[in-house]
Order: sequence, then C-alpha cells, then structure tokens
Amino acid sequence: MSITELEFEAASAESAPEQAIEGRSQWQLTWRRLSHDKVAVISLIIIVIMIALAIAAPAFAALTGHPPNSAYPNTGENAAGLPVSPGTNGFWLGTDGTGRDLLVRILYGARISLFVGVLTTVIATVAGVTIGMVAGYFGGVVDTVLSRFVDAVLAFPYVVLALALAVVLGPSLPVIIGVISFFSWAGISRIVRGQTLSIKEKEYIEAARSLGAGPFRIMFVHILPNLLAPVLVLATLYIPQAIIFEATLSYLGLGIQQPTASWGNILGDAQNFYQQAWWYVVFPAAALLITTLAFNLLGDGIRDAMDPRTERIFAASRARKLARARRRSRRRGQGDLPTASAPGEA
Amino acid sequence: MSVPGTENAAAQQANGQQPAPPDSDDDILVRIENVKKYFPIKSVGFTRRTVGQVHAVDDVSLTIPRGRTLGLVGETGCGKSTLARCVAGLIPITSGSITFDGQKISGLSRRAMQPFRREIQMIFQDPYGSLNPRQRVGSIIGEPFAIHNMASGNDRKKRVQELMERVGLNPEHFNRFPAEFSGGQRQRIGVARALAVRPKLIICDEPVSALDVSIQAQVLNLLADLQDEFGLSYLFIAHDLEVVRHVSHAVAVMYLGRIAEAGPKDPVYDHPRHPYTAALLSAAPAADPRTAAQRQRIILVGDVPSPIDPPSGCRFHPRCPKAQDLCQHEDPPLEVKPGDPVTHQAACHFPVQDGEDLATAGSATSAAGSRESA
Repeated sequence: MSITELEFEAASAESAPEQAIEGRSQWQLTWRRLSHDKVAVISLIIIVIMIALAIAAPAFAALTGHPPNSAYPNTGENAAGLPVSPGTNGFWLGTDGTGRDLLVRILYGARISLFVGVLTTVIATVAGVTIGMVAGYFGGVVDTVLSRFVDAVLAFPYVVLALALAVVLGPSLPVIIGVISFFSWAGISRIVRGQTLSIKEKEYIEAARSLGAGPFRIMFVHILPNLLAPVLVLATLYIPQAIIFEATLSYLGLGIQQPTASWGNILGDAQNFYQQAWWYVVFPAAALLITTLAFNLLGDGIRDAMDPRTERIFAASRARKLARARRRSRRRGQGDLPTASAPGEA
Repeated sequence: MSVPGTENAAAQQANGQQPAPPDSDDDILVRIENVKKYFPIKSVGFTRRTVGQVHAVDDVSLTIPRGRTLGLVGETGCGKSTLARCVAGLIPITSGSITFDGQKISGLSRRAMQPFRREIQMIFQDPYGSLNPRQRVGSIIGEPFAIHNMASGNDRKKRVQELMERVGLNPEHFNRFPAEFSGGQRQRIGVARALAVRPKLIICDEPVSALDVSIQAQVLNLLADLQDEFGLSYLFIAHDLEVVRHVSHAVAVMYLGRIAEAGPKDPVYDHPRHPYTAALLSAAPAADPRTAAQRQRIILVGDVPSPIDPPSGCRFHPRCPKAQDLCQHEDPPLEVKPGDPVTHQAACHFPVQDGEDLATAGSATSAAGSRESA
C-alpha cells in the first residue's frame, strides 16, 4: 500500500500526468448512481410526465372541447342526473357530479397540487436552511431563541391549526401556501441545525477562519454546500407531504374552492357519488397516489445515491454479472469458481 | 491583566541562534508574553455556572525569531495547539499579550485582526479534515485571494497555478476535488493555501504527523525550501522529537500548559536541563538498534495530571525522578542554568547535569503500570 502510494506520489510530483484533468463533483457522481437505480429513474419519468400533463392541461381542454369549469348537463349527466362513465359522449374519464369533464379537471388539479407542493417546499427549505444554519452557526442566545421557536411550531397540532387559520383568513391559494410552508420549515430547520453544529467543528472551517473569512462567507461557501445533500433528500420527501396536506385541506373544504379544481376537492365531492360512479373516486385518487409515491421513491433513490455506502443500487447489477460469470464457467466445465461476495465488501 | 515576571520575558527575547543583544526587536517576529488561556467548565443545566477552569496555557512566554523555526514539543494535551490557535487569533487569550512585528495583536476585534490574518497563516494536522470536500482545489488555494480582495478572474487562476507548481502539484489539477488527492498531496494543497497571501509567519500544527514517514520528509523539505525562498518564520508544533530537531532552529518543550525548557535546538537536545526534556528524549525511538539498546530509558511514573487542577509548585513534581520538597511548594522560574548559553532556559530547581543517571533514580520510584510519555 505504502509503496504504491509512494510511487504514485513520486510520479505525480515529478512528471505531471496529462489524463483526466476535470474532477468529478459530488453531483456528477450522484447522478451516475441515480441513473443506475431503476425505481428512481421510473419515478423521475413519472414526475416529468405529471409535470408535462399539468402544463398541457389547456391543450387537453381544447382537444376534448371541455373547459375545466363548464358543466354539460345534457351530455355529461345521464337521465338520473348522475355522472356518465368513462368513454361516453367524448368524456375520456367520465364526468363529475355536476357534469364536468373529469380528465380535464384532474389535469387542472395537478397544476394546483404540483405548484403548491413545489412552491411550499421551496419556501420551507429556504426558511428552514437559513434559520437552522444561523442557529447552529452562531449558537448561544440566537440558537436558544430560534430552537425554542422551532420546538413551538413542531408542537402545534398542525391540521387543527391549519384549519383554524384557513377559516379565519378565508380559504385562498396564498393562505394555503403560507399555512403549509409555515408548518414545514421547522423540521428542515432542526435537521439543518444539527448538521451545521457538526460541520462547524470541522478543521476546514477553522482553516477558513484563520484565512480571515467572515461568518457569511463561512456559512455560504463552507457550510451550505456540505448541507445540500441531506437538504435535497429532505426537500424531495417534503413535496409529497405538501401535496397531501393541500389535498387534505381542500378535501375538508378549506383549501382550494370550487369551481377551481384540485385533487382534494374533487375527492371531497366524489364521496357523495362513489357508489354510482367509481371513476369519480379512482382517477383523482390514483393521480394523487402515483404522484406522491413517485416523489417518495425518488427521494429514497437520491438519498441512496448520495450515500456511497449504499449497496442496494449496485447489488442487482453485481448479482447479474456474477450469474453470467458462473454460467460461462459452467459451460467451460470449470465448476462454480466465482463465489458471491459478501455485502459491503466492494 | 497583570503582567508578572516581565524580567523573564526580557531574558527570553534572545531565543535566536546566537546570543543576540536583548531587546533587538528587529530579530523578533512574534513575542508571546505571559499568555494564559483558561477554558471555563460550565455546569450542565439552566444556570450554566462556571464550576472550574482548564488551564490549557498557563503563563507562557516565548519569542519566534524572524526567518527561523521555533519547534514546540510536548505530549498530547499539554496546550501546544491551544497556544498556536491563540497566536493565530482563532481563540481569544485570557491574559497576557501577543505582539506581531511590533504590534499587539491579542484582544483585537475581528475587523482589526484582518490585516494580520494575511501575515499569519496556518497549516493543519489533518490533511483530510482541513480541506472543504465540496470545493475544487483551485478555489481552496484561491480563497485567501478572494477574502483579501487580492486577485480575481484569470489573474487569480494564474497565481493559484503558480502556487500549485511551487508546492509540487500539477497545476492542471486545479479543477479537482480534495478527495482525488493522496494525503501528501493534500498537505501540499494546505501549504499552497497558507502561502498564497505571502505571510511572514506560518503556524504548522503537527503538519506531518498524519503522513507516511517518506512523505513527511518531502513535506518537511518543501517547508524548508519555502522558508529559504520567502524568508518565512515557522511555529512548528509536533510531538515527534526527531522531526522537530530536523526543522527547528530553536525548541521549546511544553508540559501541562507551561514551558519546561526552551533554547536553541542543539543545547536542548544534547544537554537537556529539565528532567521532563531528558525523559522525552530518552523515550524517542532511535533509528540505530545499537544506540537504542545502549540508551537508558527514563520511565516516568503515573499519568499527566489534570489541567483543571494542576499540581502545586513545579507542575512536573509528581512524576519527576528528582523531585524534592521544594518542588512541591515553589514554582521554578524559567531561567538560564549555570554553564548554559544565555538563550537556553529551563524551569527546574534541580537541573539535570550532563551524564547524570536519571534512569535509575526513576526506576527506584517507578511502580507497576507506569507509563512513559512520548
């Protein structure tokens, strides 16, 4: 080991090697690992498709000729005044309780859900990272005050309080975004504070201080980049939570208000019809389920890809290679030479 | 902020190679006078009262001559790294004063300290921990330029690459991450970063103790070359006596927050006056097994006492083979012993004579479970 290191050392000191100049960053490595993870890639594709569909919602409205908020009492409801089933009268996924196109409304609902999910996560992440980093870095009184505030926010029964706020302030999109953000940043902040406390003690922080770097430079150049990995994972996992939170509020009638479509209020209306019209419940619920599941699985994938000790991603390809090698050796009649390597060895 | 024992400090000013005339400020870059650094121990709980103090550095006076290397040795926990961080201005001192180039730098605000940050740089022990893993080498070495607004854009890149070349790194590698380098190369990155702003003093806090022996030599030789080229002064901290002997012009031995012995390297190594220095030297492994076999090891009894409640009198007396009643009651001053050059000082009531057999004196009192220190 030491000899090879010596030679390498000598070689690099004497004659400079020419190859591979550009270093691979953490993000490039993460992306490479992530692209080997089938579940994460499929999740990412689903999310991209969902976003594309949400963006293309007006196109679908034009294609079917059904704007999201127009009711069709003649074609969209049967003789009994109930929703028509998928495929009838040009309603691809059927209609809802008032004879509106369910597909178009689900796609418009996706716009609201994804917008709320992503925007609240961005707000919560920026606030959580800033507050957590300041608390962790400065410590002392600053830390005590901010940490007690975080504890207080986390201690609220947030659904009850969110409902109360929505009632008091009146349900509207900005209020919903504000409420969800307010109840999401504290968890991020607490994790960021812990990470900051540990990074702060690293020798490279002391090195930066000895060079004369001020607190802002240390926080943004030295601490923040080392925080981004856990924060990115956390943020990806917060998006589905925010989507569900929005759906919950809308389901309870305190979120997005009719006639604007949202997955939550579609499901809320659907509960009066689920015995007659299965599609009314199944399609918006499936949209919600698939989207949140995709975000959760992508978040898991990113976490695994960031952690070089993860075995899961490469275990499958290694097993495949091993099986191929074994098959080849059997064909040659050499018996089963390659044996399975213990996990954690490579 | 009382400053007792200034006559001690005056005697110490001449720490250079030759007995320089006292008070010749031109030869002295850093003057550390009666520096104390106590860390408070807070009680757990709401009130967080101070229940005690760690006497990490206790009344230390030293000088670092211009263009020379002062080696600081001592075992783990003796306060040498704390002293280094005090000099670098990373932690405030409890009392005393530190003067750099004739200007007092202790007790300055962050803003007032900023110009001195350029003059004093540090090289750290751990080549893995001291480089930000998310920064490319180019921005690590270029960071001092950014902080002190010295160069930007292509000029900065050019200067960074010159520095990389100077310390023996491939300048083409400025886009790489620290993880792509070996320990020795990483330490070179640390050296280049310290060198960037052309400092006068570089504090080396055990710069080679994390490296392979052969790589140690490369880094030490690099440091020596840079000293010749740029006229740098080093405060070189290590626990490896041979490394210190190799690089230093003057040596100071620390024990439990105090200077036990200080002076030019040859008198200290060849004629140690303090029993602790003698014990340290006898414990260092010798390259030649025949020398090692001949050498009498001085076995010290017991452990290093706690710096929270240091022993009375001479701090070394509980472990000293020569300790007498006087040592328990009276703290020996750091002074020149009879027959020594005026620059060689030791803090001992009963200094070791040349050829004195401390090993037998030590073994007479040594008990089972004794440990020598290194």
